[in-house]
Amino acid sequence: MAKLRVGVVSPEREIWSGEADMVIAKTVDGEIGIMPQHAPVLGVLVEGGVLRVKREGKGDLVAAVHGGFISVADDEVSVLAEVAELGSEVDIAAARDALERAQASIEADQADADAAVEAKRAKARLRAAGEEV
Amino acid sequence: MGAQLRLLRRRIKSVKSTAKITRAQELIASSRIVKAQMRMQAALPYEREITRAVTGVVSNASSVDHPLTVAKDNPTKAGVLVVTSDSGFCGGFNANVLREAEALRGLLKSRGLEVIPFVTGRKGVTWHSFRNRTMGGQWVGFSRKPAYSDAKEIAELLIESFKDENGIDEIHIVSTEFVSMLTQNVVVKRILPLEVEETEASESDAIPPYFEFEPTAADVLESLLPRYVESRIFTALLESAASEEAARRRAMKSATDNANELIRVFTMQMNQARQAEITQEISEIVGGANALADAAAGKE
Repeated sequence: MAKLRVGVVSPEREIWSGEADMVIAKTVDGEIGIMPQHAPVLGVLVEGGVLRVKREGKGDLVAAVHGGFISVADDEVSVLAEVAELGSEVDIAAARDALERAQASIEADQADADAAVEAKRAKARLRAAGEEV
Repeated sequence: MGAQLRLLRRRIKSVKSTAKITRAQELIASSRIVKAQMRMQAALPYEREITRAVTGVVSNASSVDHPLTVAKDNPTKAGVLVVTSDSGFCGGFNANVLREAEALRGLLKSRGLEVIPFVTGRKGVTWHSFRNRTMGGQWVGFSRKPAYSDAKEIAELLIESFKDENGIDEIHIVSTEFVSMLTQNVVVKRILPLEVEETEASESDAIPPYFEFEPTAADVLESLLPRYVESRIFTALLESAASEEAARRRAMKSATDNANELIRVFTMQMNQARQAEITQEISEIVGGANALADAAAGKE
């Protein structure tokens, strides 16, 4: 079966690139799963989403992706993330810490939009690292 | 020791220590260029992909009608983003950028526009505040190692003032483009409104894929274009950082060369002075001995 060529890039570096069988991402409309021969799509990703790249024979590649786009054309998938982090690179302790701090400031001030975004990001990072949130 | 000799020794010593400093600066700059170039390389994939995505949307949507792409009628204000460095010791780097910015300012003024400078880099900010120019925005502290968040901050302010009814009607960027280690050019680009180029697809070109959009083409464009502007600014900052280090390396290299040349000249002068002193001493001794011998001969 044809394979997908996947590239995950952030403005500062290329996070990961390689072949995969399926890519699952979360757009603002909902989850989207992409397999080879998918029709060309350009989607806006949600803040604090988790990207899952399924590979045959190897484990899934999971990454926390904050904002950005996914574009699919001719079996090429590119994920343009403003900030992205591979699950294996996440510092779990730091992410938990960030989550707690963000939740504390949300409790203090319900309208704290920055903290809400922070909390979402921290949750995505923890989920990408395989932790329960 | 003669006074001249002492003076020359002192000067050689001071020039030597200057040469050591400039040489060290040169080496530091050389290693930083490599790092800056690597950051430029690392940013390339994102820029390429986002350009492709924008092209994809624009060639799919029947009409591109977004505030960021529409030129305003009767523009009255223009913003100029000037990218300079935080620290000096880099030859004509900042002077070149500022000169080009001044030329652009003149050009925009002749079109009857009010020019508002937006400045990054301590040198550019000082230059503008010394001339009492009101800046629309100023950012310092990251010229050597710009992060994406810096570019985002700049882009947000620029886009906001561009969208504002009474804000800026067009935005240009003056920065230095890194061509190679030896060549860096100052370039002026218009970043807003974005220009949509209509090109005829040639027969050989593949037909651009017909994209589906999640959620809609307009929404995708709405969030894609600001990212594209950010990416353009980020690239400019990165190129400017690499150019800054290259300019610094060149300036420091010629300073080291000059110092070494000075040391050579001074050493020669010093040797001459020393030789002259020795010759004088010998002739004085010989003269004295002769005088004594003559006096002794006179007595007999």
